Amino acid sequence: MHINWEHVLTIFIASALINNFVFSRYLGLCIFFGVTKRMETAVGMSFTFTAVMLVGAALNWLIYTYVMVPYQLGFLKIVIFIGVVAAFVQAADTMMKKMTPALYYKLGIYLALIVTNCIILAVPLINADEHYGLFESMALALGSGLGFSLALIIMASIREKLELADVPKSFQGLPISFVLTGLIALAFLGFSGMITL
Amino acid sequence: MVEQIAHIMTPLFHRMLDIVVNRLIPQAGVGGSTEAVEYVAPKTILLAVGVLAALGILFGVALAIVAARFVVKVDPKVEQVRETLPGANCGACGFAGCMGYAEAVVGNPDVAVNMCAPGKSAVAEKIAEITGKRAEKIEPKIARVFCQGGASLSRRRFIYSGVMDCTAAVLAAGGDKSCEFGCLGYGTCMRACPFDAITMSADNLPLIHPDKCTACGKCVAACPKQVIELAQASKAVVISCHSRDKGADTKKKCQVGCIACGMCVRTCPVEAIKIDNNLARIDHGKCIVCGLCVKKCPTSAIKDHIPLRPKAFIDPAQCAGIDVCAKVCPVNAITGDLRSAHVVNREKCIGCGMCEARCPKKAITMARPAAAVAPKKSREKEPARV
Repeated sequence: MHINWEHVLTIFIASALINNFVFSRYLGLCIFFGVTKRMETAVGMSFTFTAVMLVGAALNWLIYTYVMVPYQLGFLKIVIFIGVVAAFVQAADTMMKKMTPALYYKLGIYLALIVTNCIILAVPLINADEHYGLFESMALALGSGLGFSLALIIMASIREKLELADVPKSFQGLPISFVLTGLIALAFLGFSGMITL
Repeated sequence: MVEQIAHIMTPLFHRMLDIVVNRLIPQAGVGGSTEAVEYVAPKTILLAVGVLAALGILFGVALAIVAARFVVKVDPKVEQVRETLPGANCGACGFAGCMGYAEAVVGNPDVAVNMCAPGKSAVAEKIAEITGKRAEKIEPKIARVFCQGGASLSRRRFIYSGVMDCTAAVLAAGGDKSCEFGCLGYGTCMRACPFDAITMSADNLPLIHPDKCTACGKCVAACPKQVIELAQASKAVVISCHSRDKGADTKKKCQVGCIACGMCVRTCPVEAIKIDNNLARIDHGKCIVCGLCVKKCPTSAIKDHIPLRPKAFIDPAQCAGIDVCAKVCPVNAITGDLRSAHVVNREKCIGCGMCEARCPKKAITMARPAAAVAPKKSREKEPARV
């Protein structure tokens, strides 16, 4: 199988920066605003999220390529992708609890949040729609995961500073966070000319 | 026979599916990102059902295997304890949340059951019941005011006429009181107390009602001078002064301040008092609450929070007349000849309990005086016990 490495790299950079899920597609906002109050939770979420994203995308790619495409079951992809991710996360949750309790207590709480995350579902769906190969799928998954981590860490560091800022009362909390997200999204718009897919 | 039936039924079933999907609901449409198709083969429907069922069974079996292989045996006691705990995850116990404490208290025999501060003794008792550990009583605490220099006993540096609130007064050059460690007396603690346990005395000092005080610490946090502290309720003898000024300076500013003379240090029978930074402090771990220092303190800076001290009473039938009690009595209240019953001079007895502790015959009991006996003179009246 011929792999176009240039394309793989392009997909990686595009998904991390240019088409950043939070700042240009506005997906995953629930987790984004939920865990960015503190840097510690944001970093924990980033690690867990990227790991689940990679494994979930790989599993979904396998099932899509070797089961759904041959039997022309593409219309089932939403149902099946959610099922695969949910089953994998549940299994990972159980295994982590047994094998690395320390890690489980640090990251376990995020796993349950991730199952219902839309980025986790969006990545396999994009992979399927674009008919990406394994490496391209992995590049998209890793790029999206790192892009989401970047968004979380940027937002967490700003919101920690925001605690000390004199925000008008009606803007305190979520409203000012949305304003900030909009401003960061504007900044990310600057990446858009970098690569043309 | 079965084969024949299957042979006839299969095309029939396919035909039926075809009619339902393609004839009866032809215009139902397919939503989402799915490509709309003119005709859905019955085979596709069966395949979809088959694949979903297979995946479902596969995941189910896989999860069952994982759950069985990686089973973590959670002690059911942990769950019980966690349900008993308030669930605030405040971390006051020193563990990571209620779950952390529940695991520690069940798993580790050295972890005490009484570490949940919000749960108080009720939760501690329940945890002790679940874990089978001995429920040690939580030492009840109470807020203590470390200042006795009310308006009549202390000096003011200037006349403060601002907002009648300690936090406001402290902004005006640290408050109007000449002693910078003392109570300002504007009642911020009284207003902070959610249980109405604090009232201001006529001399502008907070009075803590022991029955209402829950030791929540709201007044401690509210006081800008840190005059109020939480202390063990049973250790009722308290050096009620925070002044770290030199003795001479303290004396000029307040009549009831600790001047660090060291009298209490010399008096204390258990060496529980130390002077540090011009201020005597009682080590409450050592203090036996005998009250001797209260009597000896020249400035009355030490306060006895026991309203009625008991008096010693010697049972003449049991007294062997060995004179131990007379020797140990710090106020020479016990007299009597050798080998004859000794007598306690009730006027002199201060109720320290030292004779009771030393008597080998257990002939001495500490009895509360009858209600008719006047309570010992105190600088300010103890709040009424309701």
